[in-house]
Amino acid sequence: MTGTLSISERQVGLALAVALTLLGLVMAAAARQGPMAVHGAIAAALGLALVFRLGGALYDPEVPAGRRQRFYDAPTRFGIALTVIWAIIGMGVGVWVAALLYWPEATPPWPWTSFGRLRPVHTTGVIFGFGGNALIATSFHVLQRTARARLADSISPWAVLIGFNLFCIWAVTGYLMGSTQSKEYAEAEWYADLWLVVVWVTYFVLYMRTLARRAEPHIYVANWYYLAFILVVAMLHIVNNLALPVSLAGARSFPIWAGVQDAMVQWWYGHNAVAFFLTAGFLGMLYYFLPVRSGRPIWSYRLSIVSFWGIVFFYIWVGSHHLHYTALPYWVQTLGMTFSVMLLIPSWASAGNAIATLNGAWHKVRDDATLRFMFVAAVFYGLSTFEGSFLAIRPVNSLSHYTDWTVGHVHSGTLGWVAMIIFGAIYTLAPQLSGRETMAWPRAVEWHFWLAVTGALIYVVALWNAGITQGLMWRSYDDNGALSYSFLQSVMAMAPYYLMRTIGGALFLSGAILCALNTRATMRRATGAVRAWDRPLVPGPAE
Amino acid sequence: MLRLHYNLEKLSMGMVVGIIVAASIGGAVEIAPLFTIDETVVAPDDLRPHTPLELAGREIFIREGCYACHSQMVRSLADEIDRYGPYSLAGESAWDHPMLWGSKRTGPDLARIGGKYSDAWHVAHLLDPRSVVPASIMPAYPWLTRSLDTRVLPGALATLAVLGVPYSEAMIDRAETDALAQSRPDSDAAEDVLARYGDAVALRSFDGDPSRLTELDALVAYLQSIGTLTAAAQEELEEAGK
Ligand code: HEC
Ligand code: HEM
Ligand code: HEM
Repeated sequence: MTGTLSISERQVGLALAVALTLLGLVMAAAARQGPMAVHGAIAAALGLALVFRLGGALYDPEVPAGRRQRFYDAPTRFGIALTVIWAIIGMGVGVWVAALLYWPEATPPWPWTSFGRLRPVHTTGVIFGFGGNALIATSFHVLQRTARARLADSISPWAVLIGFNLFCIWAVTGYLMGSTQSKEYAEAEWYADLWLVVVWVTYFVLYMRTLARRAEPHIYVANWYYLAFILVVAMLHIVNNLALPVSLAGARSFPIWAGVQDAMVQWWYGHNAVAFFLTAGFLGMLYYFLPVRSGRPIWSYRLSIVSFWGIVFFYIWVGSHHLHYTALPYWVQTLGMTFSVMLLIPSWASAGNAIATLNGAWHKVRDDATLRFMFVAAVFYGLSTFEGSFLAIRPVNSLSHYTDWTVGHVHSGTLGWVAMIIFGAIYTLAPQLSGRETMAWPRAVEWHFWLAVTGALIYVVALWNAGITQGLMWRSYDDNGALSYSFLQSVMAMAPYYLMRTIGGALFLSGAILCALNTRATMRRATGAVRAWDRPLVPGPAE
Repeated sequence: MLRLHYNLEKLSMGMVVGIIVAASIGGAVEIAPLFTIDETVVAPDDLRPHTPLELAGREIFIREGCYACHSQMVRSLADEIDRYGPYSLAGESAWDHPMLWGSKRTGPDLARIGGKYSDAWHVAHLLDPRSVVPASIMPAYPWLTRSLDTRVLPGALATLAVLGVPYSEAMIDRAETDALAQSRPDSDAAEDVLARYGDAVALRSFDGDPSRLTELDALVAYLQSIGTLTAAAQEELEEAGK
């Protein structure tokens, strides 16, 4: 990090690190005990580590001239390392909580190891840690390449990555200590939420400033998606997390929303976290890395326009499909259902556009596991959106809601689509950023591919069975008009599926570990060579 | 159209505004009316707020992530009404910051759990679920026997009062004593709890040990109160049955 910063940038960085240390100390001193004090201490420790790192390098030689003629890839490399680390943490906890559902006696007697506290560690770890770092890291890369301009400055990319990861660490350690807002995918407490807003604004400003410097008149499709991801996530995050802290010196707060309004705001947020975090951003990734890897332009420009605006406009309406038959007014449910079905059109347009792009490159898909990751991602994207639109239909949802079918759907989207496209992007980026032709262990990519596909299929098929079984058991009546099964019978029926899911998840996790080791080996064997064409037309700002 | 977009793509601010507008409409149409229509804003007449002890229990419910496995929302479907009881109404959770409707039933719905089991059953079940339900996959919560920290309660009630939950000055000031008194029916302060929160409030030592106020006391008091804060759902179902 320090080697790529000029002396004056190191000074600014040092000032920011001191500020972070002070912020941490103030938090810790104000709270004195409990989660907020621990979080203050974590921030102070991180700030102090950065102070030493930057301070120690303050009088190192100035960066070599000519840096402005290069893209700035060091933050992307750092982001990819964080991505694979969070992959192991998040999925490791996923496998563990999956095992706990099969084998609950394994829970150790410490509060922080309990299922209810670990489950959000899994969801936050994978969505924000694994997914979020992948999005930020790739967005820096894609933005520079498609704008043909170097990032607008060298400090804010680090501030974004380090700040975002501090948020993730605060969030997951908070849950372990029992500090949570209980809103799914938005469990972090108020000060972490505020912190994320600061980080996000920095990210947006960096993005816009770099775009403004672009050498291409047109903004490439991938950037539309990354922009939608940044903007709409900000909007959702702020509205859903509005809360009143009990005291400024404590973690606990109460959301300003209550009851049915809270439910609607929560799922407006929840489903659009799916839409703009887990879909839009990753479509941006797809629209860049798929053409690059396959060497073919996107099949239809027109279709990409239609699907982009379709997704941005339709998705916002669908949150209410999480609340069918509940106390939410009927007409809102109906709107959610209708738009969910219409959403299939832009979703399949995107998936179709991606798959049609591969026309004429099928031999590459056969031979190149990296491209195959992206192809499988597009297929799973098509499958899970079809499934989603189907589950949103009210009578279908009467069976599927509250069951493991939802969890199966979730993981067909996240394992099949999100994780696969990330792996495809990592295997494309890691060699390029290391000045190499291939990953350090090309064979391991092939292994990873099969582990991931097998793991995801086992997981998803097991939970389809589980969910449909549950749904049918809960609603079936015997000849006397009494319910046929007790709830407990439905719990007992789940055991084989939960075991299978754990095995599938373990296979998927092994693949991810292989990916992490392979990426590490690749980056360690970097040659430093830069391809002649991989240079900005617009150099960095004058120094 | 294509021409228009061709030009829009050259303007980063144009894309930003376009995205914000397109992504705001749906939410505005679906969410804003919920703050105006009677069906969603009127709380039932007989609704009472949680007592401090119950609120402390609710906080433990949130802390431990019970909501990850248990919903509190009976849908208006015949089998759910037969299995759990009257379907849930919007008004029942009018004062719930946050709502705990849940999205996954690894365990059964809890919206009608109040009064279904004895306190002793809950205590045994929470400390070791498999001691009462051998096939259960619910985690054990042995640490709930520790003492309840009541110091946060006045602040919590005051915050909720700002947000519109009808906690009076007296309720806020006496939150800590009320929490203790609810688990000590013989104490003088117990009468005050009834005066403030209504006669339907359960006064007893929920964990069976009146000498100590524990997290179990709070959590069981909360569980026993769920679904009993108003009779509106029961009445509506009877009305519909006629
Ligand atoms: C891993 C998922 C899981 C978590 C977390 C969980 N439970 Fe359960 N719970 C279950 C299952 C499964 C059952 C059904 C079997 C049984 O009765 O133990 C159940 C049953 C119950 C019941 C009895 C419901 C009835 O109608 O018979 C209550 C009450 C309960 N849980 C309360 C809680 C509380 C309070 C917490 C948090 C401290 C909690 N549960 C956390 C899975 C869970
Ligand atoms: C190693 C692979 C994985 C395993 C074994 C796994 C396991 C689990 C388990 C056991 C649950 C809880 C289900 C329940 O409460 O019944 C869960 C929930 C969830 N997981 Fe995973 N997971 C894995 C990977 C992922 C990935 C990569 C993502 C996202 C990128 C993800 C996102 C989620 C989400 C969003 C939920 C919440 C679902 C809901 O509330 O309906 N998981 N996972
Ligand atoms: C057209 C697109 C999609 C539609 C219409 C859709 C629809 C649905 C529906 C109806 C549910 C069940 C709600 C319930 O009964 O509680 C659901 C849950 C979910 N879906 Fe999708 N889905 C789509 C795509 C996706 C994709 C691509 C992903 C992941 C990348 C995803 C992730 C999730 C998650 C995380 C949940 C669980 C929320 C929770 O209960 O915690 N969805 N979706």
